[in-house]
Amino acid sequence: MGLLSKKDANLILDPLADNNPITIQVLGICSALAITAELKASLVMAISVIFVMGVGNVVISLMRNIIPSKIRIIVQLIVVATLVIIVDLVLKAFAYELSKTLSVFVGLIITNCIIMGRFEAFALANGTWRSFLDGIGNALGYGVILIIVGFFRELLGSGTLFGIPVLGDPIAKTGLYATGYENNGFMIMPPMALIVVGIIIWVQRSRNKALIED
Amino acid sequence: MEKRTDKNSYTIIFAIGMVLVVGTLLAYASSSLKDRITTNRELEKQQNILYAMGINENDESNAIFVSTQEAPKLFTEYIKKQLVIQGDKITEDNEAYLIDVKKEQTNAKAGKERRLPLFIGEKEGITYYIAPIRGKGLWDAIWAYIAMDENMVVQGAFFDHKGETAGLGANINKRFFMDDFIGEDLMSNGKFVGIKVAKGNADPLNIDKTDNEVDAIAGSTITGDGVSAMLRNELRLYVPYFENLKNN
Repeated sequence: MGLLSKKDANLILDPLADNNPITIQVLGICSALAITAELKASLVMAISVIFVMGVGNVVISLMRNIIPSKIRIIVQLIVVATLVIIVDLVLKAFAYELSKTLSVFVGLIITNCIIMGRFEAFALANGTWRSFLDGIGNALGYGVILIIVGFFRELLGSGTLFGIPVLGDPIAKTGLYATGYENNGFMIMPPMALIVVGIIIWVQRSRNKALIED
Repeated sequence: MEKRTDKNSYTIIFAIGMVLVVGTLLAYASSSLKDRITTNRELEKQQNILYAMGINENDESNAIFVSTQEAPKLFTEYIKKQLVIQGDKITEDNEAYLIDVKKEQTNAKAGKERRLPLFIGEKEGITYYIAPIRGKGLWDAIWAYIAMDENMVVQGAFFDHKGETAGLGANINKRFFMDDFIGEDLMSNGKFVGIKVAKGNADPLNIDKTDNEVDAIAGSTITGDGVSAMLRNELRLYVPYFENLKNN
């Protein structure tokens, strides 16, 4: 990344792997469980969070010297809620179809602890540009895990990807289903998301021993 | 030394200022976009009603509405009558499709007589009776437009929801679920029974159209039960109308 200094680049790259908000900090688990039953929803959520975190971190960073510390959490909540509501209103007016897809996620974005966590831990203490990169980096780290989980849950649970059948027709028994393969209904239940996240955490820590806590 | 931003007075002034700024911003955004949003909602209702009577741009597997530009024209072309049923009184109202079913349900609870909208559409010589209904899913509201023939056999259905779980309950607006309702009978031996979203009805292809059951979506039991309850409780209200229709 020629555009960014090494320190800045790390703000984006760290949360993707060694400091991932989901697998290392174990934040944002609730939405990771709730909406990863299909890949499309995971992708939409990832993009929404990237947007909200990028802009939100910038706004909080700009306000960092005037926010009273006693009510900073409330101020952060208001900023993220306002952003999300305005985006929702604009979409309802100009891209109604899209807004219907997104409406489920609005509440989930406001309460996403990764967003609050980055506001609190980074944007309140750092400059605008660095806060922006940090926001994008963490949202990407979150999004990557969401997409991986969504991929496996939709593939194994419904035999589709983005709603398109990839393993054949489970009722007419074509493709892979002809060999006796069955969709695993468990995969679309929320607990399986936790298990998939657990497997990702396991794989990641077995490859990088430094990540293992005592 | 105490920082300027730690003072109580500063905190209070900041809070008031923030509320004012954010409040104004949101109020401005909401009021300036209100007209557009209302128009979008009305167009969506027209699209939904048309969808239920089979006027849509569906491809092989996806539910696709007619375009928003076309919707008003097709709506006036295909929907011949819009009725409001209130007890024994039936009136025609060209804006019946704007009746808020949720409000009517609240009114009914408060003891007022409920206005039931019914849209009569005609396509290729076949008459469709389309009823808008509303109920509860797992997280929030679910609603539907059910097109029936004069014997209360479903001819088409459109379901939607406000906030059901993506990938599970949210799938009620997918074709693999909605299409199962086509041809299902709401009556059984002359009595209204509704249609049950059933688990384990051993008929995933929904070949049996007289069992008053369609196959449920795995992982969305409560949404499915909500759909069953909505169909049973809401369409029951239309039974007197259809009985009258037969007797005349």
